[in-house]
Amino acid sequence: MESFLSQFFQQLINGISLGSIYALIALGYTMIYGIIKLINFAHGDIYMLGAYFGFFATTQLGLSFIPAILLAMACAALAGIIIERVAYKPMRNAPRIAILITAIGVSFFLEYTMILLVSPQPRTFPAVFTPVVYKIGSLVVNSQQIVILASAVILMAVLTFIVNKTKAGKAMRAVSFDTDAARLMGINIDRVISTTFALGSALAAAGGVLVGVYYNSIDPLMGMMPGLKAFVAAVLGGIGIIPGAMMGGIILGVVEAMVSGFISSTLRDAAAFGILILILLYKPSGLLGKNIREKV
Amino acid sequence: MLRVEDINVYYGAIHAIKGISLDVTDGEIVALIGSNGAGKSTTLRTISGLMKPKTGKIIYEDQDIAGISAHKIVGMGICQVPEGRRIFANMTVMENLEMGAYLRTDKDGIEQAMKGVFEKFPRLLERKDQVAGTLSGGEQQMLAMGRALMGKPKLLLMDEPSMGLAPLLVKEIFNIIKEINESGTTVLLVEQNANMALSIADKAYVLETGRITLSGTAKELASSEAVRKAYLGG
Repeated sequence: MESFLSQFFQQLINGISLGSIYALIALGYTMIYGIIKLINFAHGDIYMLGAYFGFFATTQLGLSFIPAILLAMACAALAGIIIERVAYKPMRNAPRIAILITAIGVSFFLEYTMILLVSPQPRTFPAVFTPVVYKIGSLVVNSQQIVILASAVILMAVLTFIVNKTKAGKAMRAVSFDTDAARLMGINIDRVISTTFALGSALAAAGGVLVGVYYNSIDPLMGMMPGLKAFVAAVLGGIGIIPGAMMGGIILGVVEAMVSGFISSTLRDAAAFGILILILLYKPSGLLGKNIREKV
Repeated sequence: MLRVEDINVYYGAIHAIKGISLDVTDGEIVALIGSNGAGKSTTLRTISGLMKPKTGKIIYEDQDIAGISAHKIVGMGICQVPEGRRIFANMTVMENLEMGAYLRTDKDGIEQAMKGVFEKFPRLLERKDQVAGTLSGGEQQMLAMGRALMGKPKLLLMDEPSMGLAPLLVKEIFNIIKEINESGTTVLLVEQNANMALSIADKAYVLETGRITLSGTAKELASSEAVRKAYLGG
């Protein structure tokens, strides 16, 4: 019994740190969906770009962790804005399936451009700080997990503040709720969309750097699976709902950790996509999704 | 102030507005009446820049604004209370009003405007921290109007303010429109409730399937045989 409990808590810790990375990526999915109703399938690749930006910031520029992650976020934000302008904006009035296919195209473009530029070989992410392992009873927590969790919590708190309290954030919510009404308020939709891509991409990049720190290895195709998982997390929480993405990410991470800990790690991905199937069958609007009825 | 010259607007292949021209003079209330689908809302949407006319001009203060993006038109002083209110139901009453003042940077002026809105609509003050989706239909209409007033419009476009409201409330709303106009805002009003619209308007246009079929002072139209038969219930 005792070993069961300690195993349980160990997996809970692992799951939360993995889940907070899913949450960071899922936030971008959900925000972009909220604004332009696009499932941005290239979002996982932004996360990969972020990991590489962080890699070069530490290896080439010799930056320490915090400046490196901030620089990676800034570069990814810029990349997100450019991708939207070049690939998605011209398609804004096209049928939604066309934009979705464009997003898949952008995803391949980023993956294979990076393979060309930095080679398909995985790179070893430098150890940005000396790993310390803390033991609490039989539980093991390492410093990377603490850094991941702390960074994720800080970033989510900042995002929540931006969305709820700042003018730009309120404009995002307004556009997401009713684009035409927002335009009638004088809100410049193009600018709000750019801001959304910038914020979402920056968060994904932070996730990429954190994963680099955690697993020490990055490669140009590293975004595919986490991208899909984060999509599941966003749908689980209710796509378009910001707290939902955070919750969905954490739940997904914990479920995956539990499945690998108690059943088999080969079933990890099956569990994640099983969740997607279940949620689509029984609560397609997601855990926090409501069908808001408007009064007329 | 505003002169619409022979605009043609299409929804894809559907020719919704077939050469409409109208004039709004500074300080007036102008009513646009007509039945469902006549093109009244489309006309307002086009003036606001949500739709582009294929041909024709929209002259506002000596400038052709046809085809200019919506947010810039708001900046020029044309605000709209859209059909069906279109408030941000997921945001509080205060936040909705803040959105109305989105383009303004004069903090004192915004505060002043907010005070003015709460004086006009005391019920909004009571509910200022409430999520707007929980308001009643009448309160939502007031919020939509308050929100548009926050932008300090020179020209206020109102689309069906009476829609779905109890007769007593309709009266109240129309009194407030009159007040807004008396304090210096020009109003272009779209209504199916022709009776109410003609009772406060200076001038009116009758729209039928994308064309203006009649125009004149509100008095003339209210006593015109054709209008009475078609829109005023005999």
